[in-house]
Amino acid sequence: MEISASPAHVHHGEEHAHEHHDPGFLGKYVFSTDHKVIGVQYGVTGLIFLFFGFCLMLLMRWQLAYHGQPLPVLGPVLAKIFPKEMPGGVMTPEFYNSLGAMHGTIMVFLGIVPIAFAAFGNFVVPLQIGAPDMTFPRINMASYQAFFIGGVIMLVSFFCPGGAAKGGWTSYAPLADITDRAPNMFFTGQTMWLIGMVFLITSSLLGSVNFITTIIQLRAPGMTWMRLPFFCWAQLITAFLLLLAFPPLEAASVMQLMDRVAGTSFFLPTGLVVNGEIVNISGGGSPLLWQHLFWFLGHPEVYVLILPAMGIVAEVVANNTRKPLWGYKAAVFSALTLGFLSFIVWAHHMYLTGMGARVSSFFQTTTILISIPSVIILTALLLSLWGGSIRFTVPMLFATAFMPMFGIGGLTGIPLAFNAVVLYLHDTYYVIAHFHYIVAPGTIFALFAGVYYWFPKATGRMMNEFLGKLHFWPSLLFINGIFMPMFLQGMAGVHRRWYDGGASYDLAKPVLHWNAFMSWSAWLLCVSQFPFILNFFWSIWFGKKVDHNPWHATTLEWEAPSPPPHGNFLKPPVVHRGPYEYSVPGSEDDFIPQGKA
Amino acid sequence: MEIPYTVTARPDTGLWNAKIGIWLFLASEIMLFGGLFSAYVFLRIGADAANPWPHGLLNVPVGTFNTFVLISSSMTMVMAWASLKMRKFAQYRIYMGLTILCALAFLCVKAYEYNDKFHHYGVWLKNGEFITGHLEENTPESLTILPDIHHEGRHFWPETEHGAPREIKKADIRRWSNFTPKFSPFFAIYFTLTGLHGLHVFGGMVVNIYFWLPGSKLYRTNPEHLANRVEVSGLFWHFVDLVWIFLFPVLYLL
Amino acid sequence: MNNEHSADDHPHHDISKHVRRYMGVFLALLLGTVVTVAASYIPFKSNEVNIAVALAIATVKATLVAAIFMHLSAERWTIYRFLIITVVFAIGLFSLTALAFSDHIHR
Ligand code: HEM
Ligand SMILES: [Cu+2]
Repeated sequence: MEISASPAHVHHGEEHAHEHHDPGFLGKYVFSTDHKVIGVQYGVTGLIFLFFGFCLMLLMRWQLAYHGQPLPVLGPVLAKIFPKEMPGGVMTPEFYNSLGAMHGTIMVFLGIVPIAFAAFGNFVVPLQIGAPDMTFPRINMASYQAFFIGGVIMLVSFFCPGGAAKGGWTSYAPLADITDRAPNMFFTGQTMWLIGMVFLITSSLLGSVNFITTIIQLRAPGMTWMRLPFFCWAQLITAFLLLLAFPPLEAASVMQLMDRVAGTSFFLPTGLVVNGEIVNISGGGSPLLWQHLFWFLGHPEVYVLILPAMGIVAEVVANNTRKPLWGYKAAVFSALTLGFLSFIVWAHHMYLTGMGARVSSFFQTTTILISIPSVIILTALLLSLWGGSIRFTVPMLFATAFMPMFGIGGLTGIPLAFNAVVLYLHDTYYVIAHFHYIVAPGTIFALFAGVYYWFPKATGRMMNEFLGKLHFWPSLLFINGIFMPMFLQGMAGVHRRWYDGGASYDLAKPVLHWNAFMSWSAWLLCVSQFPFILNFFWSIWFGKKVDHNPWHATTLEWEAPSPPPHGNFLKPPVVHRGPYEYSVPGSEDDFIPQGKA
Repeated sequence: MEIPYTVTARPDTGLWNAKIGIWLFLASEIMLFGGLFSAYVFLRIGADAANPWPHGLLNVPVGTFNTFVLISSSMTMVMAWASLKMRKFAQYRIYMGLTILCALAFLCVKAYEYNDKFHHYGVWLKNGEFITGHLEENTPESLTILPDIHHEGRHFWPETEHGAPREIKKADIRRWSNFTPKFSPFFAIYFTLTGLHGLHVFGGMVVNIYFWLPGSKLYRTNPEHLANRVEVSGLFWHFVDLVWIFLFPVLYLL
Repeated sequence: MNNEHSADDHPHHDISKHVRRYMGVFLALLLGTVVTVAASYIPFKSNEVNIAVALAIATVKATLVAAIFMHLSAERWTIYRFLIITVVFAIGLFSLTALAFSDHIHR
């Protein structure tokens, strides 16, 4: 937070001397300032959180499909760990709410953002621009540490009296303000959630300052802006979104913390009644204020989730179609527009809060506008396939699947832009399906594409192709099995937070049978991840050894050795051409690296 | 391995790394305080009959004094940097020392103000009456308050007159509290904004102390680098001053 | 990006010229504070006018600090770009949240 964010301490005397000695295990893998190690740390931690968040959802799916029944196998174990929340292995509504809130929080803030932005950004961006490291290596390390502490706080919150946060990943007031106030405000799930968020926000702030400065200052000679790979553009814009959108949520978190710990009423209206009694507070606050500040972050945040994914897909697609990216410039300017517009659409999440018609119309318009640049980028990616001799490598499979999945998610967002439609669809499973199509088979597939694609750079070994395909095809099948029926349920009116999956509501009867189908799809999706986990560890030690450029790619990271040493390049790279010079007529190879004179 | 452009500027951008870094950080700080200021606006516009927006609850002379202190510190800060640029190390030491002293003074005054508020009470009676004053006695059945006497209009010097002690039955009280964040939306935002601002003052002060004492050793080997670092911490310091320039009228005067 | 004369490589005599400017700004800031306080005790037509006056003076003071103390008057375009975006978004945050009150149903 303080000025320590300035690089003033980067070259602190003693530390500097320290760097020249053999750093030892701790210095090399735990307290490393090397961007590649930090990238891998972020990646591995993020993947673990991603899997953990996924498991929370698997538990919830049991409750939705077979509500009220004790959980098989895991039930007795959970009953031991959480006797109050899972008595006899049966999930209480409170625990269901905790799982839901923490699933969202962990997936977004501890899973996808750290992997998509921090892990890939840290590992790949300095290599792609030809830099020896990030501009502020020590701040980079601090960023990871803040993230780690934030994550631990979130996990610890499960063991607070009353359990983890229950107010949804959006922590809407007044509910989140007043839950679990007793016996002690400090050690409660929601308070922990807020403190954890402050750490996570600080972490991404430090990260984004570093990314932007690095991309501006450390580009290799000849790396002009229009020669920058699309992935770096995506990361640059993402960094700006994090830098400017997160602080208002930090402010809001501090205010909610004040509401909970100091008894203020920032988000509590006058005359608030809880359990039939007027709460002894000053009142005069507004729940709407929380929503404004939350969604001021929240909408840019969804582009934080998608932009790096688009960047990864662009790299993989250009490499595997052996063609220049179609409409590179259009894609760059669309991404810039997207970044800008994403700041002025936030209240489309708030149509039903009674904020008034004038505001609604404004946000309706901007929301429709923002779908234009999204479509341009998707079109650029799709048209890049046209006429290419496509190599269906594992990263390419995931990248290709990204496109229709993102397309479904994006197109189903358009009806949601209209407040008349949202009157019906708001807070139903339709919304859940909309954004999961973008984030799960969209972003997460892109992340897998990235892992398979850059794995040889990080380790010097390929991941196994057969296991990769065994990971891809079932994943694609089952992930659609989970989310496609959600559209049907949502259109039938099933609410996103019903604890019994809608069994006690008549309106849900016709679509209730989908619950078991979706749950089984989810569990099978989990099984489909085992080839990946196996592949990941097996390949680290036994994968096929490769040289520096196994994919015959053009961008600079492939000119460094695999894995790159401390300082990255053997000789300082110089850039002579654009990022995607594939199949250039008249050249002997079908690719010309950016650094080739 | 050396990171390029830590001291000298990159030719095409004309900037060294930390300059960009600190400005980006300040940009995020603008959004952080922007979020809180927009909360202020939101709460103030939305103030209702039960919580009308109060005026004149803060001590204007003390606030004015603190504004002077912070403005002076901004001046000494920029002079500290200029001294380094002119390679006058002794002068740098003096100006930096003064900056730190001002920061300390600011924090002490703020602590005094907070403490003063914590000893002030407000009581809402069930019949709609609202009393402020000092607490004389607090028993299970009743409170004894030395009520403030308010005169018409606005006053520069705070009113310190008290009326005769007044005993109030707890049964007649709807709500009572001292002037802490929970007292009202105004005090909530006042303490949050000034608290966060105070943290920034404290953080800036710590960094400045570092550059004043141990960090200044760098002068012998690379004076330009030290000047750059002091410029960075100066930029942060001026920003903290700049925030106060808005905080002061918004909270104390309007 | 652009190659104008850098704000950082002033020769030293240049800096000593700046010192007088810093003192001028310092005095202006002190004066501005006095004026703000005084103006807040003038009963203008409505409280809104008082608010406008105080904020206008504060903006002038802040501009002085930013332009002179923080050297923004001669900074690089990269920095200006950052700040322009930031200010646009900050204004968006202010005005759009306040817009919620332009309808009669709010809260
Ligand atoms: C392509 C244009 C898009 C449009 C027009 C759009 C529109 C909307 C609207 C209006 C809502 C609110 C629905 C409601 O709560 O009633 C919504 C929810 C959501 N959208 Fe999108 N969206 C788009 C793209 C995206 C993208 C790219 C993401 C990225 C991950 C995303 C993630 C989300 C999330 C997470 C929510 C739900 C938030 C919640 O209530 O928990 N959307 N979308
Ligand atoms: Cu949105």
